[in-house]
Amino acid sequence: MKFAIALFSAPHAPSSRRALRFAEAVLAGGHEIVRVFFYQDGVYSAASTPVTPQDEWDTAAAWSALVRDHQLDGVVCIAAALRRGVLNDEEAQRYERDAASLAKPWELSGLGQLHEATQLADRLVCFGGP
Amino acid sequence: MAKSLLIICRQAPWSGPGAREALDIALAGGAFDLPIAMLFLDDGVFQLQPGQHAAPVQQKDLTANLQALPLFGVDALYSSVRSLEERGLLHQALSPATETLNDAALTALLGQYDQVITL
Repeated sequence: MKFAIALFSAPHAPSSRRALRFAEAVLAGGHEIVRVFFYQDGVYSAASTPVTPQDEWDTAAAWSALVRDHQLDGVVCIAAALRRGVLNDEEAQRYERDAASLAKPWELSGLGQLHEATQLADRLVCFGGP
Repeated sequence: MAKSLLIICRQAPWSGPGAREALDIALAGGAFDLPIAMLFLDDGVFQLQPGQHAAPVQQKDLTANLQALPLFGVDALYSSVRSLEERGLLHQALSPATETLNDAALTALLGQYDQVITL
């Protein structure tokens, strides 16, 4: 089965960890993830700047590793990311900010990517939200 | 055939960027001619109250985004009778106009859409 996974909550929210575990379970079960899409406070899980104490769980690092190791399509909403200070090199230059803060291998793109993913997937599974 | 999407918006207009970001999903989907509907639930129904003054709380008015929904082809708009009643809005003139649904109708509505996003 093809899944699209959307994350709306910040890295410290339990729903964020559940989303990661769900993504791992989808892959372990032999299913496909057509796209992981971060929106709202979910974009913080694609930031490279937070420093997590060594003996604590680093959600952003775990997401980056998952996307990289499985060559997933990891997309962060550009409007939500700009609003929250998660910028790639191009946007940091465009808005004259001192540093880029988008972790690898995430890409910034528009909400059309969320809609495309929901069309391609058999199931859209969302995590976070009110 | 394109999959249909119901966006359930539960955020008050001035509680953060949530309400605006839910509307943005609807408008983006409408721009792609996808079958999109919106349900205003819980504090989300506050978005429908006209005559709000955004400036004193340093916010940008959401009215233009809400009014743009039909222009983007998002004209299936619903609200919860229970949510409206609990907030004293049931008998007020609201904008944009929505179809008001009781709890049983809400349950039926959820079953009519392929995908659901709650924000």
